Amino acid sequence: MSGLELIALLQNQSPTIPGPGLPIFPAQASNFAREVDWLYYYLTAVTAFFSVLIFSTVFYFAVKYRRRSADDLPLPIHGSLVLEIFWSVVPLVIVMSFFVWGARIYYRMLVMPADATPITVVAKQWMWKVQHPGGQREINELHVPVGRKFRLKMTSEDVIHSFYVPAFRLKKDVLPGRETELWFQPTQVGEYRLFCAEYCGTKHAGMGGRVVVMEPADYEAWLSGAPQGETLEQAGARLYRQFNCNTCHDPGSSARGPELAGKFGKPVKLASGQTVTMDDAYLHESILQPNAKVVAGYEPVMPTYQGLVSEEQVLQLIAYVKSLTREERAQVQK
Amino acid sequence: MSNPALESPKPSPEGLPKVHYLNVDYGIRSWLFTTDHKRIALLYLASITLFFVLGGLFAVLIRLELLTPQGDLLSSESYNKVFTAHGVIMVFFFLIPSIPAVLGNFLVPLMIGAKDLAFPRINLLSWYIYTVGGILTLGALLAGGVDTGWTFYAPYSTVYSNSHVMLVAVGVFINGFSSILTGFNFLVTIHKMRAPGMTWFRMPLFIWSHYATSIIMILGTPVVAIAIALVGIERLFHIGIFDPNIGGDPILFQHLFWFYSHPAVYIMILPSMGVISEVICAGARKKVFGYSFVAFSSMAIALIGFLVWGHHMFVSGQSMYAGMVFSVLSFLVAIPSAVKVFNWTATLYKGSVAYTAPMIFAMGFIGLFTIGGLTGMFLATLGVDVHLHDTYFIVAHFHYIMVGGAIMGYLAGIHFWWPKISGRLYPEGWARFAALIIFAGFNLTFFPQFILGYLGMPRRYHFYPEEFQVLNVMSTAGASILAVGYAIPLVYLIWSVRYGPAAGPNPWKAKGLEWQTTSPPPTFNFDKTPLVTEDAYEYYSAAPAESAAGLTPEKQVG
Repeated sequence: MSGLELIALLQNQSPTIPGPGLPIFPAQASNFAREVDWLYYYLTAVTAFFSVLIFSTVFYFAVKYRRRSADDLPLPIHGSLVLEIFWSVVPLVIVMSFFVWGARIYYRMLVMPADATPITVVAKQWMWKVQHPGGQREINELHVPVGRKFRLKMTSEDVIHSFYVPAFRLKKDVLPGRETELWFQPTQVGEYRLFCAEYCGTKHAGMGGRVVVMEPADYEAWLSGAPQGETLEQAGARLYRQFNCNTCHDPGSSARGPELAGKFGKPVKLASGQTVTMDDAYLHESILQPNAKVVAGYEPVMPTYQGLVSEEQVLQLIAYVKSLTREERAQVQK
Repeated sequence: MSNPALESPKPSPEGLPKVHYLNVDYGIRSWLFTTDHKRIALLYLASITLFFVLGGLFAVLIRLELLTPQGDLLSSESYNKVFTAHGVIMVFFFLIPSIPAVLGNFLVPLMIGAKDLAFPRINLLSWYIYTVGGILTLGALLAGGVDTGWTFYAPYSTVYSNSHVMLVAVGVFINGFSSILTGFNFLVTIHKMRAPGMTWFRMPLFIWSHYATSIIMILGTPVVAIAIALVGIERLFHIGIFDPNIGGDPILFQHLFWFYSHPAVYIMILPSMGVISEVICAGARKKVFGYSFVAFSSMAIALIGFLVWGHHMFVSGQSMYAGMVFSVLSFLVAIPSAVKVFNWTATLYKGSVAYTAPMIFAMGFIGLFTIGGLTGMFLATLGVDVHLHDTYFIVAHFHYIMVGGAIMGYLAGIHFWWPKISGRLYPEGWARFAALIIFAGFNLTFFPQFILGYLGMPRRYHFYPEEFQVLNVMSTAGASILAVGYAIPLVYLIWSVRYGPAAGPNPWKAKGLEWQTTSPPPTFNFDKTPLVTEDAYEYYSAAPAESAAGLTPEKQVG
């Protein structure tokens, strides 16, 4: 049996959550899993090689050069510059190969593809709340179809959590007060475990669930049957009026605040003279700490919404503001 | 196999010296007000042993709870407090002071031919500070414990935890000053108090490693003190530092915390590396291979070690390019460690290797440290760390370094210098047996955790899915063997203090100034200041140091 066959045998090919037993490898269920595993095999092989080399050399020397009489006095050896250089440079070359390969994978993991479908994830002690772009909500579960790219936009309502799906070989901390992202493309239908990997308090171990990867047809059926609420944008629009954002930010309003339509993704000139891009992070900050970055030409009169809106509501408001820009662009094109 | 009698240290026919540091004075006051570095080392030995036993008991609770997938032994709240107590006690009150405060305190002056450390009263003060920090922490545990993990991540620690965070934070904060004072004392002593002829490149490698460790203690510890103080300020006064709800940044805490706590890993392992260099040279009766490379690698580890903290934060949301820089630097810091391992191995080549207990511990160290170091490479590799971060793979990796490395080194050192410390020989057979049991128990405990980690079991889980059970059972079985392994030396070392045969000044026929004085040494270490006329580990030199008395120090220094 070749090494690769052995690996394939040990590889847990079962597409579902494994039962009790002695598994060695988790299932491979995302676009990253296979390459991460290959890099892991490479690291394991190098580790095994050097561990065996060191163990056996120490053992061999210890036996061959064992003390034979109480007054043994071996000749001194001061060292060897050539050997020192050799055993510094060889490990250096090897670890740099780890670095390059690892950094390539990391880069692919962290740069979000443009064509990925966004899904909102809000973490709180001790549950995961998921909302799909069509408004479907689920708790501690995430349903996705095989083959499509998804981009999780995640935030936390309280402490730091970490979204971890071992079968995807992916993990990302979920932070309060800011958004982190993670993307993947499921490759294998099945059910996989979802864990919180960052210690978050008493029921940390219970803050898990499952990711269900489905055939696209099953996914469509699931979508239509899933508990459906408002979409993010609809909820955002409702909140926009509820919190009276419209009184200052709507076109033709008393103009105490800048208009929001058509601005998303564009540069904004600040009172401080700086220029920032109106992105998710900027909107997030401006809702919770409005006076941090005031737009040029406006007074810092907006009250903070800290404590009035939940993280989830902030995301809904942001989705609504984005939709204003999309609508305006659509009108211009008409 | 050669005759074991040839490998074992021989009892000295003369018995113990009449007056030495242990019997020069009696009574509790003579210990609590001592300024003798050797007695302070023993005060530390007693205190850290107490904390080791306590931390070990918490480890037993953790392993018993994880025997079954259900959380059936403890409540989640208690389990979280138990693993926090294990971490806080083992890291801050055992591992960090272990070798420096016990063996370093005892040996630094002896090895460089000094009468004491530069500031004997500050040395005693450091033990009192440690004791106060320890009592506060124990008080917090008795009052109900703390559940933040030893890492105190904000905003959990500053806002959400309802446990005794403040008391433990104050305990750890105060304890930090004892390490700063110890490091400061070592640095001044090594700079100013070397015996005539003891040039920098004649110093034993143990001294080099303590020099490097002291630099980290002085530069790093204030930063963790600041981080912990800021946690306290946010918790008590609600000033926004880490909690984003009041304008703080939770990632900032991680930067401050790991800026110290990663170098702190080197505080734990560097002294152990120093011990291994001494034990290997004496055990092979041979000069260390590549002295200057081993010495400078300690310094390289101390300096590069300050630049790698961000590798704890690859999935935390720090920038991708920061991740890449920290990854490269983390790989670089591995090279000096690899150089040490290769040099120790090469030292055995054509040596005269004795199978004494310290040597078995030291060879165990080399093997386990190699595995621990190489598995660290998995974690420095960005794409793989995303999967492995915060899983049992990390737990296994750092226990290979901390327990397989640091504690194996500590035990090698305690056995190697026990004849010097106590004046008596410990039972060799039992010690070898204990070393093998510890090696076996250790591997059975922690090797399965590498596999658990790759399977995806997160750390700090009170209960877990059933597919992880078999590996957890193996780990718990190993831990019970390991516990027995650690109990054995505790028994025979205490026994040997009364019943062990007298060791004589140099039972290993080792080089080094500490072996030229009596065992136990007199209060001021040497009857007359020794004169150093040769490099460290000159086993082959025809002239023992005593016969070089005709040479003046000036000639030697030149």
